[in-house]
Amino acid sequence: MTVQPASLAADPMVPRRFRVDRAWSEIDGVRSMELRPLDSGPVAFEPGQFNMLYAFGVGEIAVSLSGDAAQRDRLVHTTRAVGEVSRAITQLNEGDMVGVRGPFGTAWPIARQTGRHAVFVAGGLGLAPLRPAIYHVLANRADFAGLTLIYGARSPQDLLYADEVARWKSRFDVEIEVTVDHAAPGWTGRVGVVTTVIDRALAGVDPALVSAFLCGPEIMMRYGVMSLEAAGVGQDRIWVSLERNMKCAIGFCGHCQFGPTFVCRDGPVYRHDQIAHLINKSEV
Amino acid sequence: MTKGQTTHGILKDPTLLVAALMADGWRVIGPKVRDQAIVYEVLDQPDDLPRGLTDSQSGGLYRLEAGQPERWFDYVVGPHSWKKWLFPARQKLWTATRLADAGFEIEVSAIDWPKTVFFGVRACEIAAMTVQDRVFDNGMFRDAAYAARRADTLIVAVQCARSAETCFCASMNTGPGVDEGYDIALTELAGISGEILVTAGSDRGRAILAPLALPSATDGQIAAGPATTAAAAASQSRAMVPDIARVLREGLDHTNWEVVADACLSCGNCTLACPTCFCSDVEDVSDLSGDHAERWRSWDSCFSTDFSYVHGGAVRRSPKSQYRQWMTHKLSTWHDQFEMSGCVGCGRCITWCPVGIDITREAGTFAAHPHPAET
Ligand SMILES: Cc1cc2nc3c(=O)[nH]c(=O)nc-3n(C[C@H](O)[C@H](O)[C@H](O)COP(=O)(O)OP(=O)(O)OC[C@H]3O[C@@H](n4cnc5c(N)ncnc54)[C@H](O)[C@@H]3O)c2cc1C
Ligand code: SF4
Ligand code: SF4
Ligand code: FES
Repeated sequence: MTVQPASLAADPMVPRRFRVDRAWSEIDGVRSMELRPLDSGPVAFEPGQFNMLYAFGVGEIAVSLSGDAAQRDRLVHTTRAVGEVSRAITQLNEGDMVGVRGPFGTAWPIARQTGRHAVFVAGGLGLAPLRPAIYHVLANRADFAGLTLIYGARSPQDLLYADEVARWKSRFDVEIEVTVDHAAPGWTGRVGVVTTVIDRALAGVDPALVSAFLCGPEIMMRYGVMSLEAAGVGQDRIWVSLERNMKCAIGFCGHCQFGPTFVCRDGPVYRHDQIAHLINKSEV
Repeated sequence: MTKGQTTHGILKDPTLLVAALMADGWRVIGPKVRDQAIVYEVLDQPDDLPRGLTDSQSGGLYRLEAGQPERWFDYVVGPHSWKKWLFPARQKLWTATRLADAGFEIEVSAIDWPKTVFFGVRACEIAAMTVQDRVFDNGMFRDAAYAARRADTLIVAVQCARSAETCFCASMNTGPGVDEGYDIALTELAGISGEILVTAGSDRGRAILAPLALPSATDGQIAAGPATTAAAAASQSRAMVPDIARVLREGLDHTNWEVVADACLSCGNCTLACPTCFCSDVEDVSDLSGDHAERWRSWDSCFSTDFSYVHGGAVRRSPKSQYRQWMTHKLSTWHDQFEMSGCVGCGRCITWCPVGIDITREAGTFAAHPHPAET
C-alpha cells in the first residue's frame, strides 16, 4: 500500500477541512468520529499513523487513526477528553467541521509480517492506534501464522471497542486475552496487569515466529517488552508507539524530540531495538 | 576590477554601498546601536551604520566600547541574529472564519517581504542560516514562508578582522572567513586603515557593484583579506571539543549535568540568542465573537517545562534534563537529524547567559572525564 505523503499537500501547516459524518460515544469520556473530506488531498493512511485534528478556535492535537485503512474515503478517530482541545474534539457532532493535517508518522509494519504470528499488546486507549493493524490481520488472516491480542484496561467500564473485541473473540482463528486492573461486580474475566497475561498468552507460541506491537502507557510497554523478551521474542521483532508533546507534526517545532529522533517523523512507531538505549532513561 | 571569476574592489566608506542599495530600492537591514548593543534593524539612512565601535564579551557580559574611530566593523555579533527576520519570533500562519453551515474556511497568511538585503552578516551567521535552511526544508516538509524570505534576501557579508573572547567559530569551521553563501563580502583589512576589500560572490552581487565602479584591489590588498581573518582566528581562545557529538551521546548519565543544572536558571536566554535554535510553539486564538480564529507560531525554548508536557506531566521537568536536551541537541543529536552541527560557534549563548555558563567549557568537562555516571 502506498500512501501519498501529507507533504504533497499545498502547505503542511494548513489544515484541510473534513465533515463529521458520524460521532458516537465509546466509553466514559471517549468518543469516536468518522470524517469525510471537503478539501482535496490524501485520505489514505497506514496503520499506526496519526493526524493533527483542529477544533475551530480552540486548538490542534495529535490523534491516531483508529479506523480501517482499507476504507480510503473516510477517517476514523477515537479521542479521550483530557484537556481543552481534546474536550472540544469529543464535543463535535454530525455535520460539524474539523481541520485535519496528516497523515503523519511511521506505521506498524504489519503488511510486511506475512507468515508471522502477530501479537498485539494494548493498554487503555492504546487499542485505538493498533486497531487498523488488527483489521489488516483479520482481513488477511490466512497470510499470518496467528493473531493474539492482549488487552488491558483499568476496569471493565474502561474497555474500548468492547463489542467489537467480543466479535473478534468469537472467531476461531484469533486469540484474545482481556484483563482489567480492578474488577467490578459481574466481571468474570481476568484481573491483573497485562504483563502477567503475556506469559500465559504466549505459552505454546513459537517466539521465533512472533512479531509484537505494543501501544499504551510507557510503563506498560516497558514491562510488556520485558515479558516478551523473557518469552524469547527478539527486540527487532517488537514495535512500540510513543507519545510526545507535538505542535507541528512536520519536524519544525522541536517539541516531540526523543533523543536523536522526532516522534512526529521517526515515530510514533519505533522498532524497539532502535530506541532501547533511550527508553529506560528518565527525562529524555 | 575583475580578477578571474571573483571580483575584487576597494571601498573606503561602506555607507556608500548602503546608499547605493537604498537608491536601488532595497530595504537594508543591518547593524544599529540600541540599548548599548549591536542589533539588526532596518537602516533608515546610510549613516545609521555604526562606526568606531568594538565590543567586550565574556560569560554573562557584553559591553559595546569605543574602538579605533575610523574603523567600521570591529564589533562582532550582538544579542540579535538574522533568525529574527527569516523566522520571526511571532508569525501568523493563517486565519479561519466561521461559515453559516457550522463550518469554517481558512486563509493562509501572505508573506510580506520586500526586496531585502542583510548588511553585515558574519561568517558564523551565514553558517547559522545554512543550518536553518536545512531545518525548515527537512526532506519531507518545507516552510514556504521561510524559504521565500531566504531566497529573496541579498547577503552582504562582513569577514571578521577581530574576534570576541566568546567566539569559537574557527573550531567549528564556520568562520571568521566567509567561503560561500554571500552576494557581496566586505573585509576591513587589518592594519590598513580605511580600506575595505569588496568581493562579489554572485551575479546579483556583481550587478550591484558594477555601477559603483570601485577601484580594483591590488594583489597585496587581495592577499590581505585571508591574512586578516587568519589573525582573528588565531586570536580565538575558546574551542569546541572535536568529537563532542560522541562524547555527549555516551554521556547522558554524566554527573556534570547535575553540576551545570545547579548554576542554570532555565531562563532560555541561550535558546533565544542562538541563531540556529528553531523550536516553536503554536497558539490558537479567537476573537470575542468566536467567528474568527487565528493560528500563531512563536519561538519556544526547551528550557520551559511546558515544552515537553504530555497529559499527566512534562517529560523533562528537572533543569538537568532541560540543559541536557539543549546541549546534546546542539552538539550531538543535531548531527543525526540534519547531518551537521547545531552550533556554529558564535558565542552568543555564553555572552547572554546571565550566569555565564560556557558551552565550550562544559564540553571540555564532559570530554576530559567521560565516565562519571550517576548512581
Ligand atoms: C502520536 C500521538 C497519537 C495520539 N493518539 C491519540 C488518540 O488516538 N486518542 C487520544 O485521545 N489521544 C491521542 N494522543 C494524545 C493527545 O494528543 C493528547 O491527549 C492531547 O494532545 C491533549 O490535548 P488537550 O489540549 O486536550 O489537553 P492538555 O492536557 O491541556 O494539553 C495541552 C497541550 O499539551 C500537548 N499534549 C498534552 N498531552 C499530549 C500527549 N499525550 N501527546 C502529545 N501532546 C500532548 C498538546 O499540545 C496539548 O494541546 C496522541 C498523541 C500522540 C503524540
Ligand atoms: S549554541 Fe551557543 S555558540 Fe553555538 S550557535 Fe548557539 S548560541 Fe552560538
Ligand atoms: S564567531 Fe567568528 S564569524 Fe562569528 S562573530 Fe565571532 S569571529 Fe566573527
Ligand atoms: S511535532 Fe513538531 S517537530 Fe515533531
